[in-house]
Amino acid sequence: MHTAAGAEARLPIRSDMDLVWVRQHVRQAAALIGFGLVDQTKLVTAASELARNTLVHGGGGQMEAARVSEHGTEGLRLVFTDTGPGIADLDRALSDGYTSGDGLGMGLGGARRLVHDFEVVSSPESGTTVRVTSWVTRPPRPREES
Amino acid sequence: MPEHEADGSPHTATPQVADFLRRRREQIAQRWADEPLFRTVFTVSRDEAVEAGKAVVDALAEVADAGRVEDPDAAGFSGVREQLARMGTARSRAGLSVTQVSSELSALWPPVDNLLLADLDQAPPEQVRTCAITLSRLLGTLRLVAMQTALSEGQALIDRQRMQLLEVATPVIKLWDGIVAVPLIGTLDSARSQVVMETLLNSVVEQHARFAILDITGVPTVDSLVAQHLMKTVAAARLMGAECVVSGIRPAIAQTIVHLGLDLGSVLTRASLADALAYCLHQLGTDIVDATPGGANLR
Amino acid sequence: MNESSPRHVAGHVPVLRLGDVLLVTLQGDLYDSAAQQLQQDLAETIAHSRVTGVVIDISGVEVVDSFLGRVLAEIAAQAELLAARTVVAGMRPAVAITLVELGLSLPGLRTALTTEAALELLDRPIVTPRSGGRRQERP
Repeated sequence: MHTAAGAEARLPIRSDMDLVWVRQHVRQAAALIGFGLVDQTKLVTAASELARNTLVHGGGGQMEAARVSEHGTEGLRLVFTDTGPGIADLDRALSDGYTSGDGLGMGLGGARRLVHDFEVVSSPESGTTVRVTSWVTRPPRPREES
Repeated sequence: MPEHEADGSPHTATPQVADFLRRRREQIAQRWADEPLFRTVFTVSRDEAVEAGKAVVDALAEVADAGRVEDPDAAGFSGVREQLARMGTARSRAGLSVTQVSSELSALWPPVDNLLLADLDQAPPEQVRTCAITLSRLLGTLRLVAMQTALSEGQALIDRQRMQLLEVATPVIKLWDGIVAVPLIGTLDSARSQVVMETLLNSVVEQHARFAILDITGVPTVDSLVAQHLMKTVAAARLMGAECVVSGIRPAIAQTIVHLGLDLGSVLTRASLADALAYCLHQLGTDIVDATPGGANLR
Repeated sequence: MNESSPRHVAGHVPVLRLGDVLLVTLQGDLYDSAAQQLQQDLAETIAHSRVTGVVIDISGVEVVDSFLGRVLAEIAAQAELLAARTVVAGMRPAVAITLVELGLSLPGLRTALTTEAALELLDRPIVTPRSGGRRQERP
């Protein structure tokens, strides 16, 4: 049985160096919790999109990672917060093809497709918080034991 | 979750029961070691079974101390959860049904109860009653905890088997140098489509396959979700540098696809697996030629 | 296994010249700034030398997000303007699946399974980059 230690972290997002840290932490945490390779990659990619969003549009912030468990299913929750100007038109920001800066307009909308649960709260006063969770949907591969 | 205070009623007997469990730890464990649940799981030696029994008794005493005899989430159980899971799994692997495992767990109660009654020989009947009730509730909770862990282990087993089945049902065949194919048979749901996509793309890498054929001759229906998965597989293969051909779209499925208004426009399709293979071979610079007398006809 | 520093971080991307083809090997995790630097460097190298093809080997890349995806697409587009063709080689299955799920199927991009296959592809006569499919129907 894994312990919760290892998945939990709070990482600053202040530079593109920090994005690398975010990706590597999410990769390790997802592997620890038992996500398969494809799901790990999806989570890391979503985290990368959201962290870049935090950096570019939120003027920096942080990511908190936590292992979660519900009805016997394990998951990884990532919360990205910034104190930036907030997202003026959330619906538009989530729609495909919308871009306000870098990327191909896949940032928020794309990240949403890569995770199971997606929640965003944004206001000009308090900045933006994006909370995503993915669950280990498929059982881990049977270990090589006889 | 905050620890409950040892509540006064109705389990006033929790301290006594905890004391009793600690005092009789050795005897209880000895008796349990002869019960099938312990005897058949801990087979190294009888001592091993006795030690396992003691661990459970200690857990029960701790739970009783905390006054949480009816709380399966009590902290005291956490130490033996893994052991209980192991016991449950071992018994179900031995072919016992859930009910049988459950009754083996119930069989742990009489030896303890007998010891308790012997201990309380001189006590007032009212006290005997509360102690016995508390103990039975505690053991009931233990059974619940054990069943919970056993069931979640069982679910994990089912999941693993389901996964294995999915993989077995998705054989990727190398048809030619650089051409792999997966003949799909049976219903495609979202989970299976996912497995198909991963398995096929992995074999594209392993086999250095420039072409991957998805043959859906054996698939009874295609709904919009499955069609979407097919298109995603094709797009992903393309990103990897391989081309994906979907073959074996039966007339009924073609109709459904048109009815649903699905656009398979970006997907290369062929009527049969043979046609798909011929297409891929041609692309690779190889053609199949009929060696019949009277001339070589391009297929 | 906790690393004290990010592993496989590339701050600078080596570019190798093989005849008239540039071979770029991306490894591990890439800083955004390194990716942008690469894009600039490649544009200049292609403009100042007679390069007819660029092969970008990403078999060692575990994650391609929309930023890196965009950089790859832009490298290909700018090379095309400078009369060089670009092939992205060796994308891993998990990365490809994720990109598709992300909504980024990069239709204009030439791809190949391996660097060798990419070089072979560049050797062949120019065909229009596939838009939505390398489609060469039989006559």
